Amino acid sequence: MMAVPRYWREIPARYNLIGKRCKICGNIYFPPRSICPVCRRKSVGQMEDYKLKGTGVVESYTVIHVPPPHFEGEEPYIMALIKLDEGTYVTGQIVECDEKEVHIGMRVRATFRKIMEDGEKGAIYYGYKFVKEE
Amino acid sequence: MKHFYTSFYFHFDNMVAIVGYGAYVPRYRIKVEEIARMWGDDATSISRGLGINEKSVPAIDEDTATIAVEAARRAVKSAGIDAGEIGAIYVGSESHPYAVKPTATIVAEAIGATPYLTAADYEFACKAGTAGMQNCIALVKAGMIKYGMAIGADVAQAAPGDALEYTAAAGGAAYIIGKDGIATINETASFTTDTPDFWRREGQPYPGHGERFTGEPAYYRHITNAARLLMEKMGTKPSDYDYAIFHQPNGKFPRRVAKMLGFNDEQIKPGLLCPIIGNTYSGSAMLGLAATLDVAKAGDHIIMVSFGSGAGSDAFDITVTNAIESYPRQNIRKMIEKKEYVDYGLYMKYRGEI
Amino acid sequence: MREVAVIGIGMTKFGELWDKSFRDLVAEAGIKAIMDAGIEGKDIDAMYIGGMSSGGFVEQEHVAPLAIEVAGLEDFHIPATRVEGACASGGIAMRQGYMAIASGIHDIVLVGGAEKMTDVVGTEATNVLASAADREWEAFFGMTFPGLYALMARYHMHKYGTTQEQLASVAVKNHYNGSMNPNAQFNRKISIEDVLSSPMVADPLHLLDCSPITDGAAAAILAPLDIAKKYTDKIVKVLASTQASDTISLHNRKRFDALPAAIHAARQAYKMAGVEPKDIDVAEVHDCFTIAEIMAIEDLGFFEKGEGGKATEDGLTAIDGELPVNTSGGLKAKGHPVGATGVAQVNEIVMQLRGEAGKRQVKDAEIGLTHNVGGSGGTAVVHILGVI
Repeated sequence: MMAVPRYWREIPARYNLIGKRCKICGNIYFPPRSICPVCRRKSVGQMEDYKLKGTGVVESYTVIHVPPPHFEGEEPYIMALIKLDEGTYVTGQIVECDEKEVHIGMRVRATFRKIMEDGEKGAIYYGYKFVKEE
Repeated sequence: MKHFYTSFYFHFDNMVAIVGYGAYVPRYRIKVEEIARMWGDDATSISRGLGINEKSVPAIDEDTATIAVEAARRAVKSAGIDAGEIGAIYVGSESHPYAVKPTATIVAEAIGATPYLTAADYEFACKAGTAGMQNCIALVKAGMIKYGMAIGADVAQAAPGDALEYTAAAGGAAYIIGKDGIATINETASFTTDTPDFWRREGQPYPGHGERFTGEPAYYRHITNAARLLMEKMGTKPSDYDYAIFHQPNGKFPRRVAKMLGFNDEQIKPGLLCPIIGNTYSGSAMLGLAATLDVAKAGDHIIMVSFGSGAGSDAFDITVTNAIESYPRQNIRKMIEKKEYVDYGLYMKYRGEI
Repeated sequence: MREVAVIGIGMTKFGELWDKSFRDLVAEAGIKAIMDAGIEGKDIDAMYIGGMSSGGFVEQEHVAPLAIEVAGLEDFHIPATRVEGACASGGIAMRQGYMAIASGIHDIVLVGGAEKMTDVVGTEATNVLASAADREWEAFFGMTFPGLYALMARYHMHKYGTTQEQLASVAVKNHYNGSMNPNAQFNRKISIEDVLSSPMVADPLHLLDCSPITDGAAAAILAPLDIAKKYTDKIVKVLASTQASDTISLHNRKRFDALPAAIHAARQAYKMAGVEPKDIDVAEVHDCFTIAEIMAIEDLGFFEKGEGGKATEDGLTAIDGELPVNTSGGLKAKGHPVGATGVAQVNEIVMQLRGEAGKRQVKDAEIGLTHNVGGSGGTAVVHILGVI
């Protein structure tokens, strides 16, 4: 069982896709970064919270048949590399989509799902997954 | 004149309304005949007896919290309000993911309502969500909050093989209560007694129930009394209402209680979702109201009566306002139509039973 | 900067070695390399060992002094250091040894790599390996290691028309090569059909597109070139040793059809060695998944980007092809005890350059290259070795 703070501190990003925007160059980062790789030292202290819309397009995808321990029983499930409309990429699961239906270029939007449970007694962790945009 | 002004002011200050609503029903369904096949039951007679064809099934990664969040996000988006102005969130459910640790805080965080609000989880079998609505009404009337959110959501449990398995479903609805909005809440009334018709002991995975005892002394007695009390307070009669919603443990009870009270099938029709999604417990009456608001017109008069085992009923008298015309309605029935059937094995897997 | 030579190599058999512990493996590879070099334990000035997750696999950290202890060398009190760069840990250990000698700080250095992966159950091994990915933003959401390479595979297929058969042809070739390597985990030849009909792990990667879970260790003895002759005649010179990094997560990369870190490390290596891709006679590349070899032979400049699949399918990378790749069987057939892999690659190239590779010997091999990758491309290490 992991200590809860490890997950708790990521709640804003995982529930609401709160990333970072560099005030110097305007680039948007998700997952959040504390230093902009373009502006580097100039960006220190200049990275502001930025809520992403949660919509984007599938750049690549796979269907996981051999899952890690916390996902046993959920396979097969689709994992995708998603280019968010703000220009940054994110790794996420696509739910409620048939394996035959998912394709590169498919539009998706973020939804709120249970990601994992820390065993039977531990905390439950929620976050974003994606569904087809309709 | 002064009296009139005071009176008007008093009235205005105590207006309370539904500012927005949102609903969520999981995509998966299981048919009554599929469950009946498992247990050697006669599907046709069960379907007819319960007035239900299929029920919703949550995905493996859905629970009361995710359903509540989906409903709440839709409500906030449709209402077009700043979630930071929500001063209270109450989530009613009998299937909160944690025994101790609120679902309401998950919702509050996920809709961006934190941190300046009060929040709590409610449990009162199937009526915990409407109890939350009453609380929001009171807080708004008291001027303590600008907006309150009440959610009824469940991923209802049923022991495999129990009669409840045919109806125990998943879904939820969220309501934002404020001073003015798309439907004015004119009055509310409750009827509560200690009637153990259905329960789940601490630490037990499935509920137990009093079988036929859940009917007359529980469901019918509480709903009819709450409805009559409300109509007495309002000076109304069944024919004054355009629509009526009663808690839907199955497809039959709400039809029968409507008849007992003097309502007709047309009045309950838009809100009767049980035959196509099953009993969503805390979500049941509130989803029915949402489906009704989806089709209502300005000026329509609605009565909603919830029921929670244990037992109690909350009744609400609602008048739809002009604001409904410009409100982006969700069309819950259309969402329900987007469905995918699962077999009993997948159903068990999604419910975490195997 | 002093020139550096490999004067000895040694490795265990790779495979599911139920009767051998982490310590047994480390001791065996180390002793073999020491004996091959013709040195004595007291001649060793320093040791670097690469290991990805001894903590995750056998609940043992602090393994560098442990390696010294199991080799019976504790009385010399030499500096012993473990380095970690996921699956590139072995390559990094090799480079640390190279730098220690080139800089003049140490003379004789033992470099090694080891991983004991079968002491945990299958899903836990998957979980440990997933820690080479971004735990918080990839693995947390259900991503696996095969999954990341599957994303790259799908992308490559979409962009360049690479086929499942071309992916499979990497596994077929490497299993064929592995059938001639007594140290390989798999000595069984397979067909394209075998690969395509094996269970799906992460679509489009089948089980036989993936390297296995393996126990094993490998070691090498490095020395300054000018004093190497004192110990042995079997001298292979290190022409280049480079390492590059990139984002640990795939989603933050600039491109998904290549490993930019590998491209960077390779360019530097060619410059350092004063050679070009066409000068390479034999290469051991990091084929943790079949798509990884296809991208590797493109990233290393052997083939144009997008041509790797076709080149493999056409037999250009077979032992008798124009550029033999993974003559050892690669990670795919030889096995992939992650921390050991980078050093095992050096073992194979040294054998090829010494002409000791037996049935899988590449004729007249004079310059060889190793390409070792950590994670999905966060680390890349390239070594170029040559006969003197």
